[in-house]
Amino acid sequence: MNLDVVVYPILSLGGLGLLFGAGLAYASKKFEVEVDERMSAIRDALPGANCGGCGFPGCDGFARAVVEGRAPVSGCPVGGSECASALGSIMGIDAGDTVKKVAKVICNGDTARCKEKFEYEGIEDCVAANMVAGGSKSCQYGCLGLGTCVRACPFDAIEIVEGRLARIIPEKCTACGKCIEVCPKTVIDMVPYHQDVVIACNNKEPGKVVRQKCSVGCIACKICVKACPYEAIDFKDNLAFINYEKCTNCFVCVEKCPTKAIEGNFERRNIDKKDAI
Amino acid sequence: MEIFIILVSSILVNNFVLSRFLGICPFLGVSRQVETATGMGMAVTFVMAMAAFMTKLIQTHILERFEIEYMQTIAFILVIAALVQLVEMIVQKTSPTLYQSLGVYLPLITTNCAVLGLTILNINADYNLLYSVINAIAAAVGFSLAIVLFAAIRERIELFNVPEVFKGFPIALITASLMSLAFLGFAGLV
Repeated sequence: MNLDVVVYPILSLGGLGLLFGAGLAYASKKFEVEVDERMSAIRDALPGANCGGCGFPGCDGFARAVVEGRAPVSGCPVGGSECASALGSIMGIDAGDTVKKVAKVICNGDTARCKEKFEYEGIEDCVAANMVAGGSKSCQYGCLGLGTCVRACPFDAIEIVEGRLARIIPEKCTACGKCIEVCPKTVIDMVPYHQDVVIACNNKEPGKVVRQKCSVGCIACKICVKACPYEAIDFKDNLAFINYEKCTNCFVCVEKCPTKAIEGNFERRNIDKKDAI
Repeated sequence: MEIFIILVSSILVNNFVLSRFLGICPFLGVSRQVETATGMGMAVTFVMAMAAFMTKLIQTHILERFEIEYMQTIAFILVIAALVQLVEMIVQKTSPTLYQSLGVYLPLITTNCAVLGLTILNINADYNLLYSVINAIAAAVGFSLAIVLFAAIRERIELFNVPEVFKGFPIALITASLMSLAFLGFAGLV
């Protein structure tokens, strides 16, 4: 029997395997990815919903960013201040107070208040509807109410109410920002959880145009800017916006607004935001 | 001229996915988003080009010299596996996002029959080293073309109101078969 038949394959293939093994060993040293042990500790302290609300790809990505100092320990919007202080103790940094925020649909123009341009009978999806002349609403900034955000919300915190408007349930919202990402109108904004006074209009057109389209739009009259005793309201692009740090929930602007475009629940008037739970 | 024929043949006429039906697994698995599909296409391109180069060398200098051609499959799989490991390390280092979105399909390039199929087809067609590599790149471009087109179509299908029974993979398979039919139209080119 010829021994070559056995020896050659073993030597050549074994040699190849050895060669590749050595090459890979060298490459693994060169392309080594360091794993910090703080990273796994942080990942355990995070909620683990992988929602991406922090702006990083999942909780893993955020944990890595925190370790590398690219993200603040308070960067997780879902975990809130509890999570931030846990992360702070791992990293040895004081977290400070973080204000819990929730998403809010800044539009009150339901089908009764905001005129329809045409009857939309296409796919029940805001992105699809937006492709057809910007949706059926005459206001091109308003909520289309076809539920793209409802389907995107991982926490079941959004519902479509009477008059085709999306509404976010603050108790369930974790401020992950998924709805803001998918909304073709970007009519969803982040507001502090205890902020009761919110400008519920997104229309940047001049007052006269807004008046023709919607009965609850901001008509850029600036009455609220003058009325606010704390100078908390500013004006930009024909739209008022509130500086939430200065606002004290005094509700003066809610009373004065001629089109009721500023939203506020009067039962909660004058409640100090810091005490409100 | 022959190079041109190889290019047209491997990219369009004998497209690895849509005509030869090789590499269907990543074709269906990583085609949800155009971005990941592009990443997958680039990873496969790198592996295919390197694999074609190395397998050709191994075929002529080791397997044929020692007359152990029957070891072809094992030797080639060894090369491909090593290359995939290398690609995995590089991707993990350079783009963690891509690494996460490719997921299990990245190590699965090892068992991607398109890569092994290509190397063996190269040897059967008796291409020299240069043509082997050109054929590999053409085949990989064909693979990338198919998977990126498919991913773009699937992204659109996500928006459509697909009947409940066809949601997900069924409609994807129907789409793939229609694409395959469309690519059949290139059959008379070469």
